[in-house]
Amino acid sequence: MQAPPPLRPRRRGIGWAQRLEIVALSGPAILVFVSFVIFPVLMAAYYGFYRWKGYGVPTNFVGLDNYKTILQDTAFHEALWHNAEILVLSLVLQGPVAIGLALLLNRRMRGQSVIRVLIFVPYVISEVITGTAWALILQTNGAANDILRSIGLGGLAEDWLANPKLAIWTLMFILTWKYVGFAVILFLAGMQNIPAELAEAAAVDGASFWQIQRHITLPLLGPTIRIWAFLSIIGSLQLFDLVYIIWGQYVASTAGTSTMATYMVVEGRNAANYGYGNAVAVVLFVISMVIALIYQRFVLRRDTEGALTGGQ
Amino acid sequence: MARRNPFVYLVALLLIGVMLGPVLYIIVGGFRTNSQITVSPAGLPDPWVAGNYTEILGSENFWRQVGNSTIVAVVTTAAVVALGVMASYVLARYKFRGRGAMYALFAAGLMFPATVAITPLYILVKNLGLVNTLPGVILPQIAFALPATIIILVPFLQAIPKEIEEAAMIDRCSRLGFFWRMVLPLSVPGLITSGILAFINSWNSYLLPLFILNNQDTFTLPLGVQAFASQYSVDTAKVLAFTSLSMIPALVFFSLFERRIVGGLTGAVKG
Repeated sequence: MQAPPPLRPRRRGIGWAQRLEIVALSGPAILVFVSFVIFPVLMAAYYGFYRWKGYGVPTNFVGLDNYKTILQDTAFHEALWHNAEILVLSLVLQGPVAIGLALLLNRRMRGQSVIRVLIFVPYVISEVITGTAWALILQTNGAANDILRSIGLGGLAEDWLANPKLAIWTLMFILTWKYVGFAVILFLAGMQNIPAELAEAAAVDGASFWQIQRHITLPLLGPTIRIWAFLSIIGSLQLFDLVYIIWGQYVASTAGTSTMATYMVVEGRNAANYGYGNAVAVVLFVISMVIALIYQRFVLRRDTEGALTGGQ
Repeated sequence: MARRNPFVYLVALLLIGVMLGPVLYIIVGGFRTNSQITVSPAGLPDPWVAGNYTEILGSENFWRQVGNSTIVAVVTTAAVVALGVMASYVLARYKFRGRGAMYALFAAGLMFPATVAITPLYILVKNLGLVNTLPGVILPQIAFALPATIIILVPFLQAIPKEIEEAAMIDRCSRLGFFWRMVLPLSVPGLITSGILAFINSWNSYLLPLFILNNQDTFTLPLGVQAFASQYSVDTAKVLAFTSLSMIPALVFFSLFERRIVGGLTGAVKG
């Protein structure tokens, strides 16, 4: 923000006209945002103390009972564990793949712009379409196993979706397919902010392509990678759509792909236990927030006065 | 780096195959019959049949869902951009106590997608009497799209040179006049970027409509696709045709504005 222009002498503080402008311009956005984002989250904390079917005013106050049930429910433990698996695997699978692809695509090559568009296509397609398509492809008599059989690898044909040993990996594959393009685009954008002179100077000094990437590109890409990791972590914790669409409400837990969010919907809305569902929402919110705050405090902090905000 | 490395092209080709394979499978599969799909799940159409597509294009359900999705996406986008640019203008060009807190409020919203708030949100919408209505989806969607919109737009509005503002002030243009006559025209690229993102997100939205819309007549396309897929689970070919038709608008929108989307995301990351 710049200093106020000295053209018109201004009183200290701001006048009522400006106050009115600020309220008139930002009021509607704040009103909608607080009503439909902040208020519901606060209400979840209130409803979470009740056993409640969702009709009328909740009256059956049960204190912390809902939370006790959640923390003792093995189904929730499993869901939490799956979220943790998804979180870690997303980082270790998508991160290197996306960085590698971005490095490849960052070189000048024919068809580069076409590839950049195509790699983004899965990200633009809705979760419902992604889920429906992959569920059809990966079912036991689907296209994936058909291709394996036709190239003589029929022994590898599997029940990709229902086998509890495989399902989480199938999910990881689909998640990577869907979201890696987003990471690649972010990384490519980050790479384009790195001055070409650095790589050129290193090349003059005899550095190889990989040395340049390792010692110049990757460190300078740090802020972008950390932002991406943050978005990926939040997304993993709140994962719902793809699991619910592919595995539905009953199979997800037996296949080992249930998440906190699918647990919340199944136990809360589908079972009409809205008090309980809200308590799960609170747990999910607290877990996400704690992880987000820790991450911001220890990982993102170093970026705050660095490349992240200095770009503009 | 001008050296052509065949390895790079091989990887790129493989990548395109993996990325587009499933999409092509959906589109091409819609031109097959169910018996073709049963006999050879991964095969090509032989012969090509257009019946699945024409049948869906002639169905009332499909077009009603297209209509619902369009209304929801257009209204959401227009409202988000309008509310977003107004709030962003305040954040970018007014100095007042609480400005930092206001920015932090919206930025925090970016970290929490609708998942966390969906259960109480449903109750709120129900108490407002908006269950099974499109506004019941639109209003929360506007709220949840605001953070990303504001994060994208604030740097845009800050980048407008202060000389322009000073010149406008000299010409006795009020701050609001400056907003209308200078800021809005100058920030059109940013408005388009955030608008497209809001549109695509709305078009693809699943969780919120799943909670709010239980009546077939109000279904948006994602709900429609899922209902269709479970209703006609034996009719794979028709499901594929329905699915591929429903992804066309998002794909068209994206390919038209791909540069702007990528540019907008870049700006947001640099934020």
